[in-house]
Order: sequence, then C-alpha cells, then structure tokens
Amino acid sequence: MARTHELTVQEKKELAPKEEKTVPAKYYVPNADIYETDDALSIVLEIPGVEKKDVSVNLENDVLRVEGRIDFSKYEGLEPVYSEYNIGHYARAFTLSDKIDQDGISAELQNGVLTLTLKKSKAALPKRIAIK
Amino acid sequence: MFLSDPFETLFNLQQALDTFRASSWLEASPSGGGAYPPMNVFRKGDDFVIITEVPGIEKSSLEIQVKDNTIRIAGTKSVDYTEKASLHRRERLSGQFDRAITIPVRIDADKVKAECHDGVLALFLPRSEQDKPRSIKLT
Repeated sequence: MARTHELTVQEKKELAPKEEKTVPAKYYVPNADIYETDDALSIVLEIPGVEKKDVSVNLENDVLRVEGRIDFSKYEGLEPVYSEYNIGHYARAFTLSDKIDQDGISAELQNGVLTLTLKKSKAALPKRIAIK
Repeated sequence: MFLSDPFETLFNLQQALDTFRASSWLEASPSGGGAYPPMNVFRKGDDFVIITEVPGIEKSSLEIQVKDNTIRIAGTKSVDYTEKASLHRRERLSGQFDRAITIPVRIDADKVKAECHDGVLALFLPRSEQDKPRSIKLT
C-alpha cells in the first residue's frame, strides 16, 4: 500500500558543541535513523550536499564521530534572494556499546544519505540454547 | 590573514541566508511557503538558481515541470529498512510532496537545467532574452 501522507519540513537543528569551535560557522545535527538486525546495528544519516571525500567517520574511546563537510565553493557567485533553510557542515557523535565489533564498521553514501553498518561482536550475537 | 578564506565565505553565506529567514514573515513568500522541500533561491547574473535538499530521494522519483515562470517539484521519499529490523530511533520522514514556486521574471523554459548530486537538487533557470533589461545608449 502506498503511503500517501504529505512530507513536512524538518527544521535543521543547530549543533550545540561540547567543544568550542574555532571558526564562527554553524554546524547542524543530521537526522538519523538507528535500527538493529540480527547481526548488525545500522545508523542512517541525512547529510545532503556532502561529497564522499568530505565525510569523516572516526572511532575513538567507543565514540563514533561522524562529520560531513559542505564544499562552499559551489555557492560562489550566487547571491541569495530568498531562503528557507541554512547551509552548514554536519556533525554528530554516537556512543557505542562494547557489543559492537569495532573493526567491522562499514559506510556507504548514496543520494546524500550515509549508512553506517556496525557489525555486532560475536559475544553479542544471539545464541540458541539446545535443550537436552 | 588569521582567518582562512573558505571559512569566511561560509560565514558570510550563512549570515546572508539568516537575514532572509529572520524577518520574512511580513514579506511576500512563494506559493506553498513552508512546504517540502525547503528551498533557497539565488541569483546568478541575470539567471536564477533554486537549490533544495532532497536527501534519500532517487532521481527517478523526482518530477520537475516548468510552465511560464512557475516550477513544480513533486516526488516521493521513501525510507526503507531491511526486513526484521527493530527500530531504535526514527528521525527521517517519508511521504509525498508536491510544490510549485513562481519566479518574478520570465524564464526560458527550454533551457532550464536540473542537476541532482548527493541529495541536493539544483535548478538553473535562465531568464528569457525578452525579459532582460536593455541598456539605452546615450546619443
């Protein structure tokens, strides 16, 4: 069945950083979906306008940090006359549990949507207990 | 210079966009203001450029039409999960959208170009030749 409801505008959330930035530009928090399957956890982030080469995914002390940078040179020579949203880099961090195999993280970018697949560690996989 | 140039371009652009957003409630806005997808309109010389963010929307499910100086953008955004997935967090929305925007100048409909890269749709709207201002030579 087709979903027929209207899409509404989601106002971008500005990032309230824990560390102060040294540049005056704005960062935004990308919308994210998080879901779990039997063997992996997936994080899906919307980062429109970010090219593959400008995405960085870092894992440090169980914190997965995702940053996407906009190439502003594309806006050169353009003079804004009307605006409904602002443009900025994206940043968001997730704290991982030890159930994640930290070496098995893969990332894919398509149509401005970044999908991170985090494999569960072997210890966290569901085990079937046989009844004797 | 202490500040590097690209950051200043970014900051100036963000500020310029903010001034439009800060005080637009009394001004005339395009039809369907506040509708999806949110758009920014830029001027580039004589021409206009509409830029809008459409993350996760396939090119095939986008429809763009031009008639006179009205542009219509319609499509469907679907958010799919793999089977047997249990959701922990859901922020991305799915649904249909249909929006029209009217530009206050005449557009050369045959030369309108649309590009979609990395979830950003850009429409290049060339102003029609007849509509461009002419400069009068003083004799």
